[in-house]
Amino acid sequence: MTQPTNFGFGDECALLKDSARKFFAEHLPVDRLHALVAAHPDPEAPSGAPWRDDLWPAMVELGWTALAIPESAGGLGLPAVAVAGLMEEHGRAAFPGPLAATLATSYVLAAADSGTAALEEVAAGRSATLAFANAAGSWHAGDSPVSARGGRLSGTACFVQEPRKAERLLVAAQDEGGLGLYWIASDAAGVTVAPDTIVDLTRDQGRVSFEEAVAEPVGRNGLAAFHAAMPALWTLLAADMVGAGEWQLQTTVEYAQARKQFDRPLGFFQAVKHQLVDVMTRVDESKSLLYNAACALDHEPEKALQLAHMAKASASDMAAFASGRSVQCHGGIGFTWECYVHLYFKRQKHSEVLWGDGAWHRARLADILLGEVA
Amino acid sequence: MSESERKDTPEQAEFRAHCRDWLRDNHPGEPPVRLPQSAIEIMTEPQLHWLQAWQKAAYDAGLVGCDYPEAVGGGGRTDCQRVANEEMLAARTPFLPNVIGLGMAAPTIFYHAQEPLKERLLPRLLSGEDIWCQGFSEPGAGSDLASVQTFAERRGDRWVINGHKVWTSLAHFAEWMILLLRTDKSHKYDGLSYFVVPIRSALGKGVTVRPLIKITGETGFNEVIFEDLEVDDSYRLDELGKGWQVAMTTLLHERGGGELVTPRSGGLTSKTSFSPTARNLRTLAQETPRGGGTAADDPLLRDRIVRQFIREEALQQNQRRSRVPALQDHPMRLQLQYKLLISELAQDTARLGLEVAGPASTLYLADEHAPTGGQWPLAYMNSYGMTIAAGTSEIQRNILGERVLGLAKSK
Ligand SMILES: Cc1cc2nc3c(=O)[nH]c(=O)nc-3n(C[C@H](O)[C@H](O)[C@H](O)COP(=O)(O)OP(=O)(O)OC[C@H]3O[C@@H](n4cnc5c(N)ncnc54)[C@H](O)[C@@H]3O)c2cc1C
Repeated sequence: MTQPTNFGFGDECALLKDSARKFFAEHLPVDRLHALVAAHPDPEAPSGAPWRDDLWPAMVELGWTALAIPESAGGLGLPAVAVAGLMEEHGRAAFPGPLAATLATSYVLAAADSGTAALEEVAAGRSATLAFANAAGSWHAGDSPVSARGGRLSGTACFVQEPRKAERLLVAAQDEGGLGLYWIASDAAGVTVAPDTIVDLTRDQGRVSFEEAVAEPVGRNGLAAFHAAMPALWTLLAADMVGAGEWQLQTTVEYAQARKQFDRPLGFFQAVKHQLVDVMTRVDESKSLLYNAACALDHEPEKALQLAHMAKASASDMAAFASGRSVQCHGGIGFTWECYVHLYFKRQKHSEVLWGDGAWHRARLADILLGEVA
Repeated sequence: MSESERKDTPEQAEFRAHCRDWLRDNHPGEPPVRLPQSAIEIMTEPQLHWLQAWQKAAYDAGLVGCDYPEAVGGGGRTDCQRVANEEMLAARTPFLPNVIGLGMAAPTIFYHAQEPLKERLLPRLLSGEDIWCQGFSEPGAGSDLASVQTFAERRGDRWVINGHKVWTSLAHFAEWMILLLRTDKSHKYDGLSYFVVPIRSALGKGVTVRPLIKITGETGFNEVIFEDLEVDDSYRLDELGKGWQVAMTTLLHERGGGELVTPRSGGLTSKTSFSPTARNLRTLAQETPRGGGTAADDPLLRDRIVRQFIREEALQQNQRRSRVPALQDHPMRLQLQYKLLISELAQDTARLGLEVAGPASTLYLADEHAPTGGQWPLAYMNSYGMTIAAGTSEIQRNILGERVLGLAKSK
């Protein structure tokens, strides 16, 4: 199979991306985001995970939770590049809702053998997230610390994203048949959410414990479903990072134009100018790799794994670099709580390690490109 | 169907089929001599003549210069050079030797010369029969190009030229030079004018070409000295004092941002041709013994080799994305990055090649034990030509910061 020259990013995708950008800019511009999530600076305080749940119905109305869901399950069945466009804007806005977690869940459900009913719920607007990582932070679903006996879950999943914002959990659990997938309400009996205290102010994360919690089985071959869905997950996260990286670039460039030292705008000095150019080239490389991977998900699935590893590896390194430079080039103000730069710095550091950092993805790529080491 | 075929116009589709047919029957095959890594490193007549024969054949078949009007020796087609380039690259052909002619002189002449001059110069340029060189840099004028001092003094409708150009690639083979010089000493930019001058026919009569030896030991660039060279006013491009604007056309095309797509072939893989790519790096690693296994088992090297694969893919995808307006924030943003990124990528890949080869990376071209015939250290040294020539990486970063990001000019 071959890929279309334009990544399959047609008018429909451009329209969606554009409207997403307007939606976020109108409803949660960065000053209001800051007022919402960074109102009380206290490094010892537990994370509150505030977000604008009042915006969720509008997001559902726009069809965003249904984007990646096949039409047969009540979704819109849009290509992955459309999701990438939306998530780029989501990242540019550092939006603090459960949208990314919900989309990620929909990808795994779509690959599960009996996920249709759950997918219909999500398409209709139910928010959801994935529970599969262990305490060591393994992103291999087969390492899930949750087990299931007769449809009852027990154990504690770690590094669960947005556990207080998502209404449903898709749990990977070791069961009689191997790794099963289970669907359960996050406030069901036997489910306890213990929020982590995290650096990122725009996200929520936590441990979810199950004690004989009754869940609905939605897939028998969880390993295969996760394996099939992971490239899409890495891609959507990379999209968020690319959008956030572009925000970091533009914001720092504006500062370098406005702020004067030695009677010159900061951007006059090459030590600043060249760093910002390097941020730009890295954002662009990551963005190109992102749409390449997203396009492959639909048009060249046999290459999607490799290209998604590339996209997330590149995005992780870019995010680390852009974050560092955005603080450094702002000087003292960049080191303060009041400057918005820290919101993105923290979000990017979180995204950098989520679902595998650069080195982890490169190690997988090395096995593909150079062969595994005996 | 390849990626770009899907959007071919009927003319392009027909032309693509023609290119394929022709290339299938007319690939020049294995070269009889070792080829240099790029056209600006051509050292010997046998190398040059073999490559010139390839360019002439491709030109005669309509694959070179196809977007130029027929009146100036072109093919009179619309947006077909891109197609020919794709097909020539896919067919793994040798590179075209007249790089400076095709990439810089031709578009400059096309946009700025009078009609008779175009009709006289362009056919032999496009066919590769006349090799061209670029006389911009001087001992005192490199990055700060507008400070050139080579001077032309008017005598009736002739000009008398005196001055000193350096780093002039291919001047030892060139018939013609594009020449940026000064016609007025009192204005830095507005005192510049732009000429085409015959070099070869004036050797010993006002023109001296002396080879400069490169860091690699190869020849390829030269210094060119003008002593009272007389040229006709009809060799001037555009108006007097407009040399800087004309030079901008040259530089724009040199950096790949021009209207006219530069004819380009390449990709020949053989024992006699080499470039520092991630694939070649992988082969080297897999063939280099290390510990009990090979260098391709070393976790640190694996990580770094994979990085080069990722950067290569990113650069290709940048080019793909540069043709999708909906996925760009600024029209020149990706185009202007290309030269910087490709040159630094080649440099880093070549440097890593040396690390992978380990102690054997010390062995050079003539050593029978040298990995890949000593091409890795050669490529590494040559890569600095790429990060210096055509605007250094630092100058590229200035341009990107100022033109794309809108930061204050550093000067
Ligand atoms: C292989 C090769 C082939 C070439 N072929 C040709 C040719 O055919 N025709 C031709 O005319 N020229 C040619 N050149 C010359 C080339 O264009 C110049 O070398 C180049 O423009 C740099 O000028 P320079 O050598 O004078 O270095 P300089 O301008 O003196 O630069 C020296 C160092 O200072 C840095 N620097 C200079 N100014 C700035 C600034 N404003 N900001 C930040 N850093 C700065 C540079 O980046 C560089 O690192 C060639 C060069 C090479 C290496």
